[in-house]
Amino acid sequence: MKPAVFDYSAPESIAEALGLLAEHGSGAKVLAGGQSLVPMLNFRLARPAHLIDINGVDSLSYISANGALRIGSMTRLTALGESGDVAGAHPIIPAAVAQIGHRAIRNRGTIGGSLAHNDPAAELPAVLMALDAEVTARSADGERVVGMQDLIEDRLFDTTLDDTELLTEIRIPAAAASSSFGFQEFARRHGDFALAGVAAVITTDGSTITHAALGAFGGTHATRLPTAEAALVGAETGDAAFAAAGAGAAADFPSTSDVHGTAEYRSHLINVLTVRALNDAAGHTGGGNG
Amino acid sequence: MAENMSVVLNVNGSGRSVSVEPRKTLADAIREDLGLTGTHLGCEHGVCGACTILLDGEVVRSCLMLAVQADGAEITTIEGIADGDALHPMQSAFSEYHGLQCGFCTPGMILAGIDVVSRNPDPSPQEIREEMGGNICRCTGYQKIVESVQAAAAAMSAEGGSA
Ligand SMILES: Cc1cc2nc3c(=O)[nH]c(=O)nc-3n(C[C@H](O)[C@H](O)[C@H](O)COP(=O)(O)OP(=O)(O)OC[C@H]3O[C@@H](n4cnc5c(N)ncnc54)[C@H](O)[C@@H]3O)c2cc1C
Ligand code: FES
Ligand code: FES
Repeated sequence: MKPAVFDYSAPESIAEALGLLAEHGSGAKVLAGGQSLVPMLNFRLARPAHLIDINGVDSLSYISANGALRIGSMTRLTALGESGDVAGAHPIIPAAVAQIGHRAIRNRGTIGGSLAHNDPAAELPAVLMALDAEVTARSADGERVVGMQDLIEDRLFDTTLDDTELLTEIRIPAAAASSSFGFQEFARRHGDFALAGVAAVITTDGSTITHAALGAFGGTHATRLPTAEAALVGAETGDAAFAAAGAGAAADFPSTSDVHGTAEYRSHLINVLTVRALNDAAGHTGGGNG
Repeated sequence: MAENMSVVLNVNGSGRSVSVEPRKTLADAIREDLGLTGTHLGCEHGVCGACTILLDGEVVRSCLMLAVQADGAEITTIEGIADGDALHPMQSAFSEYHGLQCGFCTPGMILAGIDVVSRNPDPSPQEIREEMGGNICRCTGYQKIVESVQAAAAAMSAEGGSA
């Protein structure tokens, strides 16, 4: 048997799940899509005493597009990537989801699991940072709303969620009508975790950039790119501003070396990918009613 | 040891009750408790695709699910796709176009191929490569697998698209 022994519960309501989390706390793990947790169980890298399977909590699986986009944490990545409401509100999301793993992974993996797992090479934490998303965390004691940056901080494979908290909802504010996006990543093969990637959302007033939000992944942790953003706001769209942003992105990026590439190489990738993403953003308008 | 749980697995059209520990993966239950060893295990952490099955019609990795999570679901394994002795068009195409050598990846490849064609009846070689990138083969070099899936897609369209 691959995983170590655990007790198993399958709650059917949020309240029931929160009660189990309150009872078992740090000894328990929430099981969502299992596409990150089950490999860790199989390797016995995770040995929770208690597994709380939330696949039966139907009220965590929804997409609602009245004003802000609200997405239940158990929404599968396939449903997220194929939702017309999501594509209409934030077309960068399906562009990013298409790069996550493979169909079989996306059929089970969830948006909440992707954020809670917070792999530093995962697409969604960086994309949702660029979209200024916030999440709802609930425990038996109440609920709080946490911005993506505060959820992730500088962490990897960990978040600021408490052991007794369940991530229940992701809320993304509506995009400005004239916003557009670019999404670029570099992976060895389609579906592999990326070595580096950039999500860029810009708003222009004619040709001047009025707002820029860039998120990067593939370094030590997901992050916004403030120097790159500062280089863009107030500038005209075009090569000069994009080159400055690329250099700023490389400076901001918390690069890291591993068997797949050196820190220097990843920083170079971030520079190039930022320029490409911005060119994509300048070339096609998405979001809002653009 | 956690107590065993009783689970009904509807595999290839027949419901079978098994008693499993919660930690048992669906792949292990299919192989060990149901004796359906056509579902292969390569990596047991989601990266090779050998254990691919259909769960309620969707491709999933059976090594990344617990058997207890599949209670009541409809499961299709490689043993369930032929019609008696008549091979499924995807199987026939793999045989005819040499889409397999050792055969270890083949059950997963065939189920993934069926899934691709069910969503895209006329996939291009590029689309097949992208869609099936999660299924690893150490023998064929993939060219023959891509040809097999294309041939099967044509055969399935000719048959009226029935999967
Ligand atoms: C072969 C392969 C390739 C992959 N490629 C990529 C890729 O390219 N990009 C990418 O981003 N991901 C990739 N993944 C990971 C995949 O996207 C996972 O589905 C995702 O990271 C985790 O989501 P999950 O729903 O499966 O969570 P699980 O595996 O069930 O859980 C992951 C962690 O999050 C916690 N958790 C889950 N849901 C909640 C919740 N609602 N509240 C609190 N805690 C929670 C769990 O306790 C656990 O610690 C890949 C996975 C595989 C197997
Ligand atoms: S054995 Fe399941 S993906 Fe490799
Ligand atoms: S035929 Fe041997 S692994 Fe694919």
